[in-house]
Amino acid sequence: MAGLELLSDQGYRVDGRRAGELRKIQARMGVFAQADGSAYIEQGNTKALAVVYGPHEIRGSRARALPDRALVNCQYSSATFSTGERKRRPHGDRKSCEMGLQLRQTFEAAILTQLHPRSQIDIYVQADGGTYAACVNAATLAVLDAGIPMRDFVCACSAGFVDGTALADLSHVEEAAGGPQLALALLPASGQIALLEMDARLHEDHLERVLEAAAQAARDVHTLLDRVVRQHVREASILLGD
Amino acid sequence: MAMEMRLPVARKPLSERLGRDTKKHLVVPGDTITTDTGFMRGHGTYMGEEKLIASVAGSVERVNKLICVKALKTRYIGEVGDIVVGRITEVQQKRWKVETNSRLDSVLLLSSMNLPGGELRRRSAEDELAMRGFLQEGDLISAEVQAVFSDGAVSLHTRSLKYGKLGQGVLVQVSPSLVKRQKTHFHDLPCGASVILGNNGFIWIYPTPEHKEEEAGGFIANLEPVSLADREVISRLRNCIISLVTQRMMLYDTSILYCYEASLPHQVLSPGPLPSSLICELLCCLFRDNMHISPILSQHPSV
Repeated sequence: MAGLELLSDQGYRVDGRRAGELRKIQARMGVFAQADGSAYIEQGNTKALAVVYGPHEIRGSRARALPDRALVNCQYSSATFSTGERKRRPHGDRKSCEMGLQLRQTFEAAILTQLHPRSQIDIYVQADGGTYAACVNAATLAVLDAGIPMRDFVCACSAGFVDGTALADLSHVEEAAGGPQLALALLPASGQIALLEMDARLHEDHLERVLEAAAQAARDVHTLLDRVVRQHVREASILLGD
Repeated sequence: MAMEMRLPVARKPLSERLGRDTKKHLVVPGDTITTDTGFMRGHGTYMGEEKLIASVAGSVERVNKLICVKALKTRYIGEVGDIVVGRITEVQQKRWKVETNSRLDSVLLLSSMNLPGGELRRRSAEDELAMRGFLQEGDLISAEVQAVFSDGAVSLHTRSLKYGKLGQGVLVQVSPSLVKRQKTHFHDLPCGASVILGNNGFIWIYPTPEHKEEEAGGFIANLEPVSLADREVISRLRNCIISLVTQRMMLYDTSILYCYEASLPHQVLSPGPLPSSLICELLCCLFRDNMHISPILSQHPSV
């Protein structure tokens, strides 16, 4: 793309951010009354909506029941108007299935599934121009809203590498430019990584820096989500009275 | 000609308007509750690296040496003696599976079910084959919790004539934490309808039956048409319950009745759409003022 430089000489990105700055995040919990837990998050122009049902009795095949743990079932779908070209299949295609599997891996690591044997937890995420990070952040808030016990928050952020600098929280323009992209899901309090995924090629000398940038951005996301949850809990607690 | 216009403006959270603050210790998952190892850990916590860490978002409750975190919203957790309203999901060999908004489906054994007329006898093979004649998939029942299994599943019974299959009425599903524990959960409201407040968050509103003597345990389905006046009362009660729930107020007979009385000046449009959020707040503000006037009723004895 001639004329479009991802990182200017003064250190500004395409949308005016610095290398380590996040996009504006707004989040809300308890969006749907009929679901057990729900949340909505906006990260820049990306909007993700997550809904959680469970834990409940396993519907469908009884054989899938695990005797000692809960089954976590994730489904990801994206709106047809969300990408540059209108998508005809909102869910069921390869990318959605892969995203669903990744979300399932992430949340099986964070939810304390031993507490609910033989039950099922459903997480449905719908994203707009979605990336993995927004989905994970929305799903964390929704699982918290449903009262399902978790080890810690799961905060995710993407990172890239341009001109020797690690960039945190990639926007669509930066993703489309085709450089290396790293997606990281972190449990902030203990610093444990729930999922780390990368497309494209990156020299291993740079991996350390990009990983650190992603981890720092995930911790910043945690600060924001923490504030949202505390506000929500405080509000509900006051209304219920002492 | 004067016109009234309302411009969209961000609503202030209700807690600010009430001017109250909470004295409870609120935590989110990952927070350290205490590093003191002398405490026993209860629900909502887990032990990690010599520290007691919270696993749900809620308030910390301490009883002597036991620390637990009570989540804001959970599925129903059964306790012996609770009244529940549930829906039959499956008919199995000697029992029914009932959905009661809990982690696993509840179980209603054939031997825990009342026979028509209140007979007491051993259940035979014919009773097993006739199970579908009593309760089918999709039926609603009211029952009491008999026992809780080790994995959390609940066993129900309908041993009294006041429990059994439910006839015509309206079901409202709310969070179990909003239903107050009381001595009795079957209420006949003076406005002309009756309500069953299930501990699992399922609330059943039905027209008060005229003949109270024939308590047949719900086997005779009353399919007579319900009058329009009764139906309006039931719709109004449903909207009142939904308003109370959106403002997170506890549900019990007095609160529903006060809300009903506060709503009488407003018209019932139709049972379908939910009441607007503005009306919800108006009703609950009126209701809270009412509660200040009658402090005795607000200290409801909970058994």
